[in-house]
Amino acid sequence: MVPTSYYLILSAILFGLGVVAFVFKRNIITIFMSIELMLNSVNLAFVAFSRAFGKSDGEVFVLFVIVVAAAEAAVGLGIIILTARNRRSLNVERVDLLKL
Amino acid sequence: MPILENLWIIPLLPLLGAILNGLLGAKWSKNLVNSVALGSTGISFVCAIEAVREFLAYYEANHKAWVKPFFDWIVAYNDARFGFDLQMDQLTVVMLLVVTGVGFLIHIYSTGYMAHEEGYYRFFSYLNLFMFFMLILVLAANYVLLFVGWEGVGLCSYLLIGFYFFKKSAADAGKKAFIVNRIGDFGFMLGMFLLFRTFHTLDFNPLFAQAATMQPDAMGQFGTLTIACLLLFMGATGKSAQIPLYVWLPDAMEGPTPVSALIHAATMVTAGVYVVARSHVLFTHAPSAMYVVAIIGCATAFFAATIGLVQSDVKKVLAYSTVSQLGYMFLACGVGAFGAGIFHLMTHAFFKALLFLSAGSVIHAMGGEQDMWHMGGLGKKIRITFYCMLCGTIAIAGFPPFAGFFSKDAILFAAFQHEPAGKVLYVVGLLAAILTSFYMFRLIWLTFAGEPRFDEHKVHVHESPATMTAPLSILAVLSLVGGWFAAPAFWGGKDYFAEFLSPVFSGEEVAGGDSAHQLEWILSGVAVLAAAAGLAVAWRMYSKSVRRGPSTGLHKLLYNKYYVDEIYQAAIVGPLVWLSRNILWKLVDAGIIDGTVNGVAHGAAGIGDVVRHAQSGNTRSYAVWVIFGALVIFAIVFWPLLHPAVVGGVR
Repeated sequence: MVPTSYYLILSAILFGLGVVAFVFKRNIITIFMSIELMLNSVNLAFVAFSRAFGKSDGEVFVLFVIVVAAAEAAVGLGIIILTARNRRSLNVERVDLLKL
Repeated sequence: MPILENLWIIPLLPLLGAILNGLLGAKWSKNLVNSVALGSTGISFVCAIEAVREFLAYYEANHKAWVKPFFDWIVAYNDARFGFDLQMDQLTVVMLLVVTGVGFLIHIYSTGYMAHEEGYYRFFSYLNLFMFFMLILVLAANYVLLFVGWEGVGLCSYLLIGFYFFKKSAADAGKKAFIVNRIGDFGFMLGMFLLFRTFHTLDFNPLFAQAATMQPDAMGQFGTLTIACLLLFMGATGKSAQIPLYVWLPDAMEGPTPVSALIHAATMVTAGVYVVARSHVLFTHAPSAMYVVAIIGCATAFFAATIGLVQSDVKKVLAYSTVSQLGYMFLACGVGAFGAGIFHLMTHAFFKALLFLSAGSVIHAMGGEQDMWHMGGLGKKIRITFYCMLCGTIAIAGFPPFAGFFSKDAILFAAFQHEPAGKVLYVVGLLAAILTSFYMFRLIWLTFAGEPRFDEHKVHVHESPATMTAPLSILAVLSLVGGWFAAPAFWGGKDYFAEFLSPVFSGEEVAGGDSAHQLEWILSGVAVLAAAAGLAVAWRMYSKSVRRGPSTGLHKLLYNKYYVDEIYQAAIVGPLVWLSRNILWKLVDAGIIDGTVNGVAHGAAGIGDVVRHAQSGNTRSYAVWVIFGALVIFAIVFWPLLHPAVVGGVR
């Protein structure tokens, strides 16, 4: 059986990649995807713990995270579309003012 | 219907009248307002008579005061209970009949006097409200309920003095009355607190029963009872306009004249006397407090009379006269003759209400003129008013067989017999009686005698309507016969008034014997001579030439009321205003309080100014901050787990 620590290390690596991408990328879509990556790395950790302790709490939590992520994706993509329409750009550097 | 068992109905009726007139009166016709106001007080008066009849029957059978708790008002576990308890004893009977009877007459009079005034319904609403609170005051069976009435009549007094609130002088006079009364009420409340602390109750009967068993304070000793009595008396000096708090009453004459008659002569201002008489058990156990009451009363009687000598406003003369007569009542209480004090309270209610209402009738006839130097010669034109006012004047001056003679005589007689300083009190009281007779007859001559000193073509003098003259006539009759209860005492009979009150003031009346009887004849002869002397001087000075001389020297001092208002202004009001303006307002309020609030706001703005640079609008820098924050929290949470020793070996 694959030890739990492997899953956790993989989860940490994915999370770290997400963080780095979130900070350094300029494209809004990429940043958005990195957020999804971080969420899913946490999901992986949850599932791993759930299996290690033999309890279903983690799995339930994962379902919640997926639901919230879906909702977030709906709102987030809406914002991205409007931003892109109004500013003709997907570069976050240029989205630094609340008004046009 | 047994009224006594439902005694609350007597105060409730005027309250209903006040509510109805106050809420709906604006849209009603004058007749409807009249019928509500007069109906409620009239029925209340009839109920009072019936209640008194029932009480006397009850007293015949049980020989004790009638008390009934109607409902609990304040209950603090087993420590304290103050209820809406009403009480009826002989003292209440006198007060109740005076308040409802004279009050009803003055209501009738007001319908004529106020007929052409704005805010007719408002006036009657206030007047009925006053009746409600005054009845609560006299019927209350504990100090707390009494205090409700006490403050309530103060409120109504304020409202009615300031009835013409668009006049600045009237609004100011109302405020002055209210504020000066606050000072007295402060003492009254402290007195109540002290009594509660000592006796653990404020109900009259248990409290007085306990107090009666206490050792009286020695003369000059300031024990609990003495201090409590002095504090209660402080309240009385405010409400009953005694030195040093009398200054509001003369100004209160800004109110409509029926108000002056009802509130500032017959009923409210006598509340202080009533409280002292009601608390007589406490006062007789505190001889020092009794002396203070006697001296203040005597001094006020004389002092106010001297000011009354030279006033030119007819109502001001009567106002100072009221202050002076209240002084007599306190003098009586102070020398232990509570019955005589209450007797004078009753006769004074009759003749002073009569005098005020007659003065109102004169003012009505003169179209609003109040200055006696602009009157004169009115005797022939308004005959009924003239004769009524003359009755009142003879009564207050103390000529037999009018009411004032008997009550004033009883007071001076009691003062004379008082040891050790009674003779001094008697002489000062007698001097005040001379002055009283003088200023009252001066008023009569200036107003009714001589040639008119006004333009007869402009002022159309007319007799008042029957609604005004009828109450005047009734009060004139009462001023004549009101004192006859005490008359048989002169022929070796009984003083029926004193005997009626004796269950309340048992054992505290001045005892009379044969020698005392002889003395009473002599003293009353002296009192009549004193009144005659005042009359003679007034006749000499004012019956022929009535030119107004220049005001100099003593006259100027008296005319300006000893500059007491100015002294208070300089000594108390001025420093207080200065303190409020410079310390409390400019330093404390504007400096410290506003400074703190504004400082916090400025501080917040300053900090915001510094940290706003963190909000660059750059999304990725925010992300870095988020990560940084997450790391810090992570560190705080997991640091102790990595080093268990740091937190003392958690698991």
